[in-house]
Amino acid sequence: MLKEIKILSDHGKQYVPDLRTQSVSARFRGRPVISAAITPSQGARAAALCPSGAIDGTSGAIDLGRCTFCKECALAIPEVYVFTNDYRIAVTKREDLVIRPGQTGPLRIDEAAVRNEVRRLFRRSLKLRQVSAGGDNSCEMELGAAGNVNFDMGRYGIEFVASPRHADGIVITGPVSENMARALGITYEAIPSPKVIILSGTDAISGGLFAGSPAINRDFIDNHHVDLYVPGNPAHPLTFINGLLDLLGKKQ
Amino acid sequence: MVIMMDQSKVYIEVRNCSAPVGIREIPVLDYGRFYDEVCSMLRDERFHCLTYFCYPAGEFLKFICFIADDGSGTIRILSHEQSNGTSLRSITSEVYAMHIFEREIHENHGVVFDDHPWLKPVRYPHDRADGQKAMDDYPFYEIEGEELHEVGVGPVHAGVIEPGHFRFICNGEKVLHLEIQLGYQHRGIERLLTESGAGLRGAILSEDIAGDTAVGHALAHAQLLESLALLEPSASLQAERCIALELERIAVHIGDTAALCADVAYQLGQVACEALRTMVINTTQYWCGNRFGKSMIRPGGTNFPLTEEIAGEILAVLEEVERRYGNVVECVYNMPSVLGRFEDIGTVTRTQAVSTGAVGMAARTCGVPRDIRSTHPFQHYRQMVVAPVMLESGDVLARGRLRALEVSESVKLIRRLTDEWRIPGSESSRPRYDLPLTPGSAGISVTEGWRGEICHVAITDSDGRLQVYKIKDPSMHNWMALALAVRNQEISDFPVCNKSFNLSYCGHDL
Repeated sequence: MLKEIKILSDHGKQYVPDLRTQSVSARFRGRPVISAAITPSQGARAAALCPSGAIDGTSGAIDLGRCTFCKECALAIPEVYVFTNDYRIAVTKREDLVIRPGQTGPLRIDEAAVRNEVRRLFRRSLKLRQVSAGGDNSCEMELGAAGNVNFDMGRYGIEFVASPRHADGIVITGPVSENMARALGITYEAIPSPKVIILSGTDAISGGLFAGSPAINRDFIDNHHVDLYVPGNPAHPLTFINGLLDLLGKKQ
Repeated sequence: MVIMMDQSKVYIEVRNCSAPVGIREIPVLDYGRFYDEVCSMLRDERFHCLTYFCYPAGEFLKFICFIADDGSGTIRILSHEQSNGTSLRSITSEVYAMHIFEREIHENHGVVFDDHPWLKPVRYPHDRADGQKAMDDYPFYEIEGEELHEVGVGPVHAGVIEPGHFRFICNGEKVLHLEIQLGYQHRGIERLLTESGAGLRGAILSEDIAGDTAVGHALAHAQLLESLALLEPSASLQAERCIALELERIAVHIGDTAALCADVAYQLGQVACEALRTMVINTTQYWCGNRFGKSMIRPGGTNFPLTEEIAGEILAVLEEVERRYGNVVECVYNMPSVLGRFEDIGTVTRTQAVSTGAVGMAARTCGVPRDIRSTHPFQHYRQMVVAPVMLESGDVLARGRLRALEVSESVKLIRRLTDEWRIPGSESSRPRYDLPLTPGSAGISVTEGWRGEICHVAITDSDGRLQVYKIKDPSMHNWMALALAVRNQEISDFPVCNKSFNLSYCGHDL
């Protein structure tokens, strides 16, 4: 008993009080900023070295839906590409993930793109079913961490549930392997409508480095409306939770 | 130039990540001889098979086997060649640990192993030899009986975890047999790595083989390319890489302790360990910007060299974590209600561990000393003595306690590594994504990740391009150990057994 009290006193308060403003390591790679002064040759050079084809060779823009956050562009051309540690990068529209040169403001969701019923029905309670479809287990572990003692997204009524029948939506990780395509569809069908679809991690959003693999089947993603894109490799719990809070229209 | 082959030579010997061997230097045996030699080696516990695979080489299939000699620290390479559509006598019927390799060869290349006890599909790869075989109509092993029932779980599980299918045959609450069918995570990563060659894309892909072992796999990949390019990394880089690998081990072991506590509803242990894991992975993030160490390990160098400041932060965090984690595990493993769920549950015997070819923690908890850091050291481990942490009982309790013991061992290692990292005059270099690979060669690289040994093998063509890239995650051996562990257990103990192994789905499915 005394030992347990000792553990409790060591443990202290572990929860992050304000998930909106929590600071993370300066080296964390979040929202990039691209200099407006980028030259065509710098853009072409960045595009050539980008391993996932996330950089547009003409404009030099970065598509966060394809970026693996390896930072090689920023290391090679530091006067143009800089990764800030801003983790609030989840958006509702796929095209909003493209960061253009000179774009320095924060990424925010497009309020008009949020379906009315999402906020009306799920604002105070959102239960999610997670399906890993070729995920590498880092994305899954970060989603698990979103519910842990530090990030505690349960405080907002957001939880992962064991059965799709209990869920209001699905969170997909991984590029969607061919072998998981059917199980993913069945799980989605088993969730009662209305329901949301959330993609967590670069692999889920675009296929990432697996996009061209013949073992991948992106049909489900291509044929469904996605409510929230959460980029990252893997998506940080703070990125995921902030994205959900924005989607649900919660101030804090 | 014609290389004269010594006809009496059965194998060629190399060391972990030593200079690559020319493909033509690997002795080619006739299959009967190959069979006898492999069986006679593997019957001795001193040897175990690191990997065995085949690939198309002209009109033939070339089979190469890498066998680790844990006694001398060398790796023996031997081979044989067969025409397509061949059928062979199965080594598995003699040495059961070879089952996974022969199944994979059968599935990918259509080679038939006549007397293989169970040519069960491995992962239904997209380029499987028999395209007719489909995941949905796989005939699971069946037992008939009025008293028996089947329980199917997955591929989608109740938790936030990866997919796989588990089929139990139960008598009441008791599990008679568990069959595990994986493959749902197959992404074709070996082919992508082959195509990526020595470039940046391959380095990042290697971190995605199993994202929970990003450092372990990326290190296996980096040192494989370095050995193929005859590049010796700087002394400080070698020490840094080992620090990163031990940090990964500490973080996952603590996270697993939390998961084990959660499964037996010991909430204090769970939340305390969750918070401690966060401290460790946030330290990794402080170092390289990613909580899993992604982007830290690169061929030829690193973009995130260790600094005095980062090293100081790591040591300070670990001191606190070690003290607090020590208090938690002392509580966990003395709590009668916890011990009641862990002790004598999911026991793997020493014989089973050896016969299934278990590696890493699954072997060390059964008294089988398999630890690549000790037997086939790599990077800075070559400069130090790592004694494998060993337990004997092979149950959930042993796998839990081993983690606790390994955490304190890893903390000690990091302290030593940090001291030795301050080698004057040695600096970490920047990564190389253009390493020229020795043509016509085979290279092998093995690391000891937190689960166990990770083996990467590459073969280059006559132009120095990658022709074959083969990955073996420790899970490929250890899933069978889990299937055996739950026999005659209550089915309600499956979750805690599963957690105690914490095997990789994507590392297996590739």
